[in-house]
Amino acid sequence: MRYLPHSDHERADMLSVIGVKTTADLFARVPKSALLTESVDLPGHSPEFLVEAHMQALAGRNHAAGDGPFFIGAGAYRHHVPASVDHLIQRSEWLTAYTPYQPEVSQGTLQMLFEFQTQVASLTGMDVANASMYDGSTATAEAVLMARRLTRRNRIVLSGGLHPHYRDVVRTYVGDGPDLVCLKASPEGQGDILNRIDAETAAIVVQTPDFYGHLRNLRAAADAAHAAGALLIVVVTEVVSLGLIEAPGALGADIVVCEGQSLGNALNYGGPYVGLMATRKEFIRQMPGRLCGETVDADGQRGFVLTLSTREQHIRREKATSNICTNAGLCALAFSIHLSLLGEAGLRKLARLNHANAVGLAQALSGVPGIRLLNRSFFNEMTIDVGQPAAPVIERLAARGILAGVPVSRLEPGDGHVGSLIVLAATELTTKADIAALTEALEEALQ
Amino acid sequence: MSVRFTKDHEYITADGTVGITPYAQEQLGDIVFVELPRPGQRLKQGDEAAVVESVKAASEIYAPVSGTVTAVNDALTGDPGLINAAPETDGWIYRLAIDNPAELDGLMDAAAYAKLTT
Amino acid sequence: MSMNTQGRPTGTGTTGFAAAGSSLLPSEPLLFEIGDTEHSGVDLPDVEIGGDYLAGCERQSPIDLAGLTEPEALRHYVRLSRLNYSIDSGMYPLGSCTMKHNPRLNEKTARLPGFADIHPLAPVSTVQGALALMDELAHWLMTLTNTAAVALTPKAGAHGEMCGMMAIRAAQDAAGEGHRKVVLVPESAHGTNPATAAALGYAVRSIPARDDGTVDVEAVKAALGPDVAAIMLTNPNTCGLFEPEVIEIAAAVHAAGAFFYCDGANFNAIMGVVRPGDLGIDAMHINLHKTFSTPHGGGGPGAGPVVLSAALAPFAPVPFVRKGELVEHAEGTHLGRITAFHGQMGMYVRALTYMMSHGGDGLAQAAKDAVLNANYVRARLGQVFSVPFPGQPVMHEALFDDSFLAGTGVSTLDFAKAMIDEGFHPMTMYFPLVVHGAMLIEPTESESKQTLDTFCDTMLGLAHDAKAGNAARFTAAPTRAPRRRLDETRAARSPVLKWERPAELPQAAE
Repeated sequence: MRYLPHSDHERADMLSVIGVKTTADLFARVPKSALLTESVDLPGHSPEFLVEAHMQALAGRNHAAGDGPFFIGAGAYRHHVPASVDHLIQRSEWLTAYTPYQPEVSQGTLQMLFEFQTQVASLTGMDVANASMYDGSTATAEAVLMARRLTRRNRIVLSGGLHPHYRDVVRTYVGDGPDLVCLKASPEGQGDILNRIDAETAAIVVQTPDFYGHLRNLRAAADAAHAAGALLIVVVTEVVSLGLIEAPGALGADIVVCEGQSLGNALNYGGPYVGLMATRKEFIRQMPGRLCGETVDADGQRGFVLTLSTREQHIRREKATSNICTNAGLCALAFSIHLSLLGEAGLRKLARLNHANAVGLAQALSGVPGIRLLNRSFFNEMTIDVGQPAAPVIERLAARGILAGVPVSRLEPGDGHVGSLIVLAATELTTKADIAALTEALEEALQ
Repeated sequence: MSVRFTKDHEYITADGTVGITPYAQEQLGDIVFVELPRPGQRLKQGDEAAVVESVKAASEIYAPVSGTVTAVNDALTGDPGLINAAPETDGWIYRLAIDNPAELDGLMDAAAYAKLTT
Repeated sequence: MSMNTQGRPTGTGTTGFAAAGSSLLPSEPLLFEIGDTEHSGVDLPDVEIGGDYLAGCERQSPIDLAGLTEPEALRHYVRLSRLNYSIDSGMYPLGSCTMKHNPRLNEKTARLPGFADIHPLAPVSTVQGALALMDELAHWLMTLTNTAAVALTPKAGAHGEMCGMMAIRAAQDAAGEGHRKVVLVPESAHGTNPATAAALGYAVRSIPARDDGTVDVEAVKAALGPDVAAIMLTNPNTCGLFEPEVIEIAAAVHAAGAFFYCDGANFNAIMGVVRPGDLGIDAMHINLHKTFSTPHGGGGPGAGPVVLSAALAPFAPVPFVRKGELVEHAEGTHLGRITAFHGQMGMYVRALTYMMSHGGDGLAQAAKDAVLNANYVRARLGQVFSVPFPGQPVMHEALFDDSFLAGTGVSTLDFAKAMIDEGFHPMTMYFPLVVHGAMLIEPTESESKQTLDTFCDTMLGLAHDAKAGNAARFTAAPTRAPRRRLDETRAARSPVLKWERPAELPQAAE
């Protein structure tokens, strides 16, 4: 077997050094009744070309985003990733390195994480960022728990513009009850949260651009939260927007969480992605997740280590800030490389390009009979009302090779008000031809 | 002035000043962070009052006797190493208004504590 | 004839080691010290925007992001990478981490556009191959564990633990048993177990280990009661031992109305040899990045699917694939979402590729080789190193304590750092907590006999050196790595968590 180095001869030699006759002797402590007497009922080992063929066949049954016009966003975005990003992250020293607990032989990973933390802090306008989380949705749930620890209050209010899946994840983490207020879906971008903050509120959670694409007024949300002694958690699912939209940190956010997939990472049917979390300096000790810090070595040379680890599960055990014991290392690396290739100049251009294409899309959609655009503001994503059940429309377009967006009913099946809504996104990869194909197909489908 | 000790290596002076012993700071190594109680906080004997952290460990500091926190050593926030440098003077952690001085009698004196740590 | 002794010298010159700053061990400046806000490695057009849709939210503040052109970026990240140890460059004897070979076929299949370039909310009719792959992976995991269901979505082992314990809590709530608020955790457990239990509101009751490093069924029985929700037990345990009474423990736990959560971190020792479902487990997470070879990536991303018994299957979180159909919304007793989408699809592809490469027979052989390798290392080192629980074979990892170093002035940490100078990554240290100065070594099945012999020779040589009074080389170690020991106290006392622009270097004028 190609991954197992021993010959039978070597196995026999090793057994004799151990002083047993057979491998079975090494499993002597396993209860007899639990030891399998024959092979598990699974196929036998397989050569590389056959495994590859099997996987290719499975992959071939999927319609890839690049196969035709594509407008799906809703928390995961198709962007161009420079070729050098994937080349670099496949280097052995990045791909097959362990968590940098031994800093003397992990300075590459550690310096990268320090750079990543700096980039995330800059992008969000916050004081500090951690070394990444699983994804944006779990980072949001962790931010909610962090806010509870910081304020010693329990009530959490979620804006109706928050991604419905993120809301569902928060609900799973904290449980239903009077301390979780989930405002109803606000596809028109209506301001829904300011008068829901009270003296029990630990935090309000506001997404911008929100799930329906609207840009939210963070300053007003921050002022209202702070006036009541609560915190403002800002969620950003499309980080490219931060090249054009004001940083949440500049508008009073206390904790910012993002889905970082847009930079460096493929769609991957939902994962692995990379969650970003940033906060104010004074809240560091309640922030979950790994942190990398600068220090010096025994010779006085600059170096980096994982630090403040007493917050974490392997030290605090049941008193840890979270049970998380990993980050999204390689995805954070991809994010960081992509962002350093962009730089400030590139990110600003990329954001403008996304927005310009979205403006083109919005204007084209507004011209389709039977379609109403719900957004007065957006970055690269918007919601339309097609005046009839949206899910079958999406299916009809998919049958023609056009992935036209997400019917909101797929995420909010219980809400009759959103049945005719579709959320669509444009990115730098969206062409005029794609938009023309979409509007033409929509016109036919809506007749 | 008589100082009393707990088996968990806290000391408390007659005026209610609480800290950790030189032995304890040596065992913990470099202290990097101290989580202080809140002034006015009521503590029962044995309650968790503070946390001191070294790089690799976090240790709870318990209330040696019952009382109310009257002061905390804010200097530790900026310089937690004071606990290493001078645990019994500048590195004190918090001060208690002791509810019942008789509880002190249940703690060790210096000789008994010295025996525990040798 | 006269010999020409002139010309190019062919000797090695004066010996020495590559030091930090040399061409092979670069000292690399920070990204922000190389790039600036004007450089970019991406060509993008300037565009006009045909209307105002920003509602006054346009960015006013500077971002201050450094950019690099492509050659600068390549050099920066290649040079940084060379400061890392990696599996491809050497053995990681890290106990409980299962640092096995990462096959490159996995990387190739995960990057097929049909997997990498599909959107989690694409119409279900367009992603049938993805659902089929998830179904196949689930089949392999359930067959290897003999369980009724698997929740694929957890993003990492700790997330899987949380998911499994949430399922237990949901099952007990549904049965009117919500008053059970205690979770039993052996003291040898990984810190994540108590952290997970506490995060879900459970009190943790610790179970002591027996002198032989395993859990006593009588101790479990004594700790069980009507308030106990579950036991979280790692098997094989963190001392590298199979729990001999695990079946009796499961029976006692079930008799008391509680559930058995098994930490599957060490599944590599028994895959294809023992099915955890046959031991009576109710839930177990499987670290795809350990057992099924998905890359560690310098600390993630991982993946932690949880297999579930028939009793817990109705409480699995959404989304999941049932009979080829994607179920996205909680129905009946199912838990809600624990992550936005379908979990770590990229890792599913890699893990299934790995499993199919090995086949059922190869997975069992891999487990047996992992156990063989651990016992071989223990047999060779056990002559000199202190074995805390002798007289029984170990599973996939060998535990030693530091008593063999008594009086040498060398600590477990010093010993580990000296291993770096000898070309090896340190073993897991000071874990588990049940022995003093623990050294936990897990070679995995990927290491050849030749590598194991080199490793053992090196370890025995170091032990000899320590006992010979040469403490200085240990306390000074490492001296041949890109950095010497780092000042962790300084890092923690006054944390510097990002680069700050030095005051004398104002940002380039706009």
